[in-house]
Amino acid sequence: MYGGGNTFEKIKAKDPNEEDPILLAEFEARIERGEKIEPTDWMPDLYRAQLIRMIEQHAHSEIIGALPEGTWITRAPGFKRKLALMAKVQDEVGHAQLLYSAAETLGKPREAMIDDLISGKSKYSNIFNYPAFTWADSAFISWLVDAGAIVNQVANSRGSYGPYSRALERICIEESFHLKFGHHCVIHLATGTPAQRKMMQEAINRWWHPMMHFFGPPDKMSVHTDTLMKWKVKILTNDETRQQWLDMYVPKVWELGLTIPDNKLRKNEETGKWEYTEPDWEEFKRVINGDGPCNKERLAVRKTAEERGRWVRKAILAKDAHYVTPLA
Amino acid sequence: MNIEAIKNLLYKMADDQLILGHRNSEWIGQGPLLEEDIAFASMAQDKVGQSYTLYQMLNELGEDEPDKVAFLRMAEQFHNSQFVELPIGEYDFSLIRHFLFDTADYYRFDMLINSSIEPISLLARKLKGECRYHSMHADGWIKKLGNGTDESINRLQSALSYAIPYALGIFEESKMEDTLIEENIFGGEILLRERWIEHIDKVISQTQLVLPDLALESPHFGGRYGIHTEHLQPLLNEMSEVIATDPTADW
Repeated sequence: MYGGGNTFEKIKAKDPNEEDPILLAEFEARIERGEKIEPTDWMPDLYRAQLIRMIEQHAHSEIIGALPEGTWITRAPGFKRKLALMAKVQDEVGHAQLLYSAAETLGKPREAMIDDLISGKSKYSNIFNYPAFTWADSAFISWLVDAGAIVNQVANSRGSYGPYSRALERICIEESFHLKFGHHCVIHLATGTPAQRKMMQEAINRWWHPMMHFFGPPDKMSVHTDTLMKWKVKILTNDETRQQWLDMYVPKVWELGLTIPDNKLRKNEETGKWEYTEPDWEEFKRVINGDGPCNKERLAVRKTAEERGRWVRKAILAKDAHYVTPLA
Repeated sequence: MNIEAIKNLLYKMADDQLILGHRNSEWIGQGPLLEEDIAFASMAQDKVGQSYTLYQMLNELGEDEPDKVAFLRMAEQFHNSQFVELPIGEYDFSLIRHFLFDTADYYRFDMLINSSIEPISLLARKLKGECRYHSMHADGWIKKLGNGTDESINRLQSALSYAIPYALGIFEESKMEDTLIEENIFGGEILLRERWIEHIDKVISQTQLVLPDLALESPHFGGRYGIHTEHLQPLLNEMSEVIATDPTADW
């Protein structure tokens, strides 16, 4: 599950103007023709760096995202929910595996990516820095966070980098089942007992603002968006994905008789765009940089898992084997 | 056909699968490598799914519906072996438990294919296939880590020595054991244990691990009669945390 991410931060890479102009022109022409770029093809340094960052952030978001939902597997009410949630969270970890492999084709090993996650150097979807207090929070994530991820990922599956694009196609198929599961859970809560309904409404109130942050800062705040879009690293801007999601899901939330905690939220029929209260982007930056309600806890869990599992990884390394970067 | 004996057999199997499936699911997001997170999650789904099927069979025999039976009983009403309720601990213990339990599970279903009760025989045929993969997964890892580094060998050896008395508790005979055998419903725990020993001995002999002398071990019995460790009730409290707030609601 991954949204707009923090492409607003500057990245260290060679300026495209310093690249070989002939190679760069050929590269851009290929993308223009809709061809996919493959791991052994020439690519500008900035393209590689941006993709590593994006795929890596996406992979991290999958494993960190498994944590708030994972804690509800052992509490899920009844067999059907328990089995479905297990399968869903397992899918998310599977997505991480797929994505780390895709990122490895660009030259960064999985171990290095996980080290950067734990040290805080590399980021993940901000939304997972918020706690899932109740079963309804878990339902919100399965339905609406996954829906947001689908909007973003369906777009990016049309991107120019072959391994990422192919991974996303598979991921989106699985995510569409998650969304159905989440929607089913939310419908049951929204149409259930007064206590269930209250639980669902409170979850929406809690998650609305993090959800608006999910798609990333508004386009006017994002750096490099133009180059990223020209190179088809990003297909839709953050604002476009946010609008698409609002358009698809706000009516569905209202249909269930639930409310959304933003009294400015409405669709402007003239422009066809949704209007809303701008979320607090200072909070977004603060949380993404480590000062959110759950950042420390999430990373501590990941760190502990890495440390506790080190002896296993060490023991399975064959002494004489030569390990190479996998190609997707 | 002795319904009580059949129920007794189904309950202990269903409870084992549910509790171990629940425990294995705790590895999601915590495993030593992503591939093991996924494997444990997958096996957890199989186990919980198998327990669901077994509770459905019990429901057809007059017991309450699966969600109630699984989620709303107290610890002393559970018939699982104590082995499966122990916390996941470190990966060494979870792996050893996976190996010891799933070997027994595989042979149990293999024996049940010959059950005189047709629905049980048919189900066993189906579930044996799933269990075979679990057992292969366990064997592969035991051989890998049991021949790995000093640390991995030592860890597995300690976990094995700790787990064996609990694992022997899987084969605790129920008070209906004679009926189950006489009516060809199930070949019995003693026979199962023999086949289990043969398999684990074969796998362990291919590693640098040593199987403790089973004759000298005292099995941790009691689970089949509702006597459990202090770990089961908290697990059940967690499992029912949401559903128990309103068991009549539709979740």
